[in-house]
Amino acid sequence: MKKLFLRVLLPAFAPLLLLAVWQVAAVRVDNRIILPPMMDVLHLIIHPTEDLLSMGSLLSNLAISLARVMAGYLLAVVLAVSIGITMGYYRPLFRTFSLFFALFRPVPPLAWVPLVLAWFGVASFATLAGLEYGRWYMYLNNLKISMVFIIFIGGFYPVLTSTIQGVQSVRTTLLDSARVLGAGEMAIFTKVLLPAALPTIVTGMRIGLGVAWMCLVSAEMLPGSLSGIGYLITHAFTVARTDVVIAGMISIGVVGASIDFIFRLFEERTFSWQRRSR
Amino acid sequence: MVMNNGSILEITDLTKNYCAENGAIVHALQGIDLDIAANDFVCIVGPSGCGKSTLLRIMAGLEKQTGGVASYLGKPIDRPTPQIGMVFQEYSLLPWRTVIDNVGLGPEFANMPKQQRLLLATEYLQLVGLERFAQAYPHELSGGMRQRVAIARALANDPDVLLMDEPFGALDAHTRILLQKELLSIWERHRKTIVFVTHSVDEAIFLADRICVMSGTSGRIMEMIDVTMPRPRERSNPLYGQLAERILRMLEGEVAKMGIL
Repeated sequence: MKKLFLRVLLPAFAPLLLLAVWQVAAVRVDNRIILPPMMDVLHLIIHPTEDLLSMGSLLSNLAISLARVMAGYLLAVVLAVSIGITMGYYRPLFRTFSLFFALFRPVPPLAWVPLVLAWFGVASFATLAGLEYGRWYMYLNNLKISMVFIIFIGGFYPVLTSTIQGVQSVRTTLLDSARVLGAGEMAIFTKVLLPAALPTIVTGMRIGLGVAWMCLVSAEMLPGSLSGIGYLITHAFTVARTDVVIAGMISIGVVGASIDFIFRLFEERTFSWQRRSR
Repeated sequence: MVMNNGSILEITDLTKNYCAENGAIVHALQGIDLDIAANDFVCIVGPSGCGKSTLLRIMAGLEKQTGGVASYLGKPIDRPTPQIGMVFQEYSLLPWRTVIDNVGLGPEFANMPKQQRLLLATEYLQLVGLERFAQAYPHELSGGMRQRVAIARALANDPDVLLMDEPFGALDAHTRILLQKELLSIWERHRKTIVFVTHSVDEAIFLADRICVMSGTSGRIMEMIDVTMPRPRERSNPLYGQLAERILRMLEGEVAKMGIL
């Protein structure tokens, strides 16, 4: 009983309160454009496969967005983790490049838009692959390079920063004791450095995915975009469909939170040693 | 295997300087000469900051000296080798590995097959009386047990020399005495050469054949003392107290010179 209260009722309290306030406010405002009734939005959410504004369903747009985020994010993870590990391990490299990366870090992903458009225009991964028709063209054409780049920028820095920090904060005693036991550089790397830094790296990956997901709407506002949840929101706004806007926002929130939750679960299971060895 | 009239570790005119953060040059070690015979138990005592850990790290091949030679069986030590094992003060076990996988680390680095490695690790865990904890994680063990595992891990490589850097420094007095006795019994059965750094004079007298007293101000060896008391040593033996008194007085003078007091 207590468990039910702590695990379910307590966390549900604030969202339920918000829904109640929304419902009351919507009735009082009585203007669908300013604040649509809760039930309208709820209807959209519980029928996620319905076509909206002839742009495809909520679900299919979410899927396209998810693919974009994953493309940009995976690129960010691969680059940030490898750069982060080398910079964290080799002091001279850290000294050489940390200022460089620090200069770009405060630039919001959105500020890259003009440059990115000038560079990539509406080229997509289909253009890259040299496809002009067919099924793969359909899929890949949705992955505009410009969007993936914006998402990449968003996901890159959290992963880079935490990877560098994770590697640098591995206790020297661990490395020294492995050396004394006869470990070569490769073994130090794969059996000591990487596992020791992994919890911090994964935390960075989780935060990076969150930021990448947040960059989605700005990325999908770019020209050449005809689909995706971010585009759905901006498009619904221009045709004054606030209910679709809110449904889109809620789905972004729910998907983002679910991804974060799964990540956390994985972290807790895999790295329980870290929490307990403090 | 042992040459040079029984010396296993030879340190000749060793110096180590490094740059402090304010740019001043610190002479951590100066003109250190030390010959350690096979099967010897040598303790190095000295005030904190006297360079005793640095000396040990040079012997382990973890740090480079500025001048002089440190050699193992006549060959200069320029990198860590499995023949020279080391136990650290801090817990150096890999926290994500079970106890048995920690003990088998050295053999694993030497690419020993898994089955063989586990057998060997079990054997060394038995040596320190922790075979029941093979599948436990380091954070589930007490401080004393962790240091036992660290000792078993160092021994699993079957090194000739075991370097120990204040291995019992973080333990409570009781566990400490227990582990000292255990270490002596391991040393007597396995005939390793042990170089043991400690700041506890009592510990040094209890353990060592020879005590190397280091100066805090100059990074030199002040005196080498042969401990001739028969083993097992009793702390109630008057010789024990006299020797402790003598060493403590030497160290006190040092600390006063360093201006710490």
